[in-house]
Amino acid sequence: MDRIPILRMGPYLLVTIQVDMHDRLALTLQDDLTARISETGARGVLIDISSLEMVDSFIGRMIANIAAMSRVLDAETVVVGMRPAVAITLVELGMSLPGVRMALNVEKGMNLLRTSLGDGDAHATPREGGDDGQEA
Amino acid sequence: MPESNAGILPDLLRRHESEILDEWLREIGSLGLRRSDVIREVDLRTEAKEFITALREAAQSGSMDPASPSWKGVREFMNGISRTRAQLGISPSETATFVFSLKKPLFNRLRAALASRPDELADQLWLATEFVDKLGLLTVEAHQRSREEVIQRQQQDMLELSTPVVALWEGVLALPMIGTLDSARTQTVMETLLQRIVDTGAEIAIIDITGVPTVDTLVAQHLLKTVTAARLMGADCIISGIRPQIAQTIVHLGVNLQDVVTKASLADAFALALRRTGSTITRR
Repeated sequence: MDRIPILRMGPYLLVTIQVDMHDRLALTLQDDLTARISETGARGVLIDISSLEMVDSFIGRMIANIAAMSRVLDAETVVVGMRPAVAITLVELGMSLPGVRMALNVEKGMNLLRTSLGDGDAHATPREGGDDGQEA
Repeated sequence: MPESNAGILPDLLRRHESEILDEWLREIGSLGLRRSDVIREVDLRTEAKEFITALREAAQSGSMDPASPSWKGVREFMNGISRTRAQLGISPSETATFVFSLKKPLFNRLRAALASRPDELADQLWLATEFVDKLGLLTVEAHQRSREEVIQRQQQDMLELSTPVVALWEGVLALPMIGTLDSARTQTVMETLLQRIVDTGAEIAIIDITGVPTVDTLVAQHLLKTVTAARLMGADCIISGIRPQIAQTIVHLGVNLQDVVTKASLADAFALALRRTGSTITRR
């Protein structure tokens, strides 16, 4: 059975969903990811769903769950690359994924992770993501 | 004389074309339908002449029913007249009276031709009345049709014009909403906004509702949907242009806008957006 690969990049884990998610696959990913986070002590998780074309309420809930679990394991999670059609579908399904951080693409997602973790190498990316935290 | 159901009208039209035309033009003048302010005398004359000619040609088919196929030319001609007159601001009743005024010259001709046979005259008059009435109604219908086309086109224009997404700054989009927000509009707005977020990589979208006349629970729900969808794409939304009255309504209705940043004016929202993107504006 195929699995969704989980790549390690420094203190971050990178999950790229390149195939259509079916329910079993989502459950496997949930197991794998939580295991990898505790194994590696990753501080940030980036989930790229830019290839995901179809979502239903189950997949929507899985995304929210995975994000919540990572947070419990003390890893910031950012979901990136949601397509417009997917976003509209989720909204129409009444799923706003509260508490999940979103970004437009991998680059912006990485910046978000770096700034929110207050990383030492944040200066390597001089731009963007700014001082969101200070804004009321 | 051939006696068909068309009566003697076709025959009269053929033999007395120019007399009928002259008399009709006089009649139009005396009824004050000349409208020399918008239609030139020459144009009116040409129009009337062409109309009579078209009538005569169509009448030769033997049928006096304007709905029949041989009258297609006349119908198109009348559509044209109604349309141009509607555009000139002439009322449909004036256009119809223009056609109805044809009755008098036609009746005069009939009376002259059938003076010795009153019974037949009455029949023929009835036929002629029916015929001219139908023509008049055609112009009214055509007038209405041309108005409807205009309305439809304007509606389309409004839908397209009312959902622009403009880039204010690098990474900042603005969405000035104008008019009522219904489900169809929301859908269009959402799709356009999300697509523009993808295209420009914007991180902040300002939804300005200055042009939205009323905000009820449904409109608020549509707004929140748009905000949520944008958030799922990684863009933050600021709602601006909330008038005092609308702020009161929102609170009275118990609409929860806690999770959304709201600003009174577009300028405030833009200033916040600039701060968030790390840009500053200084006066020189």
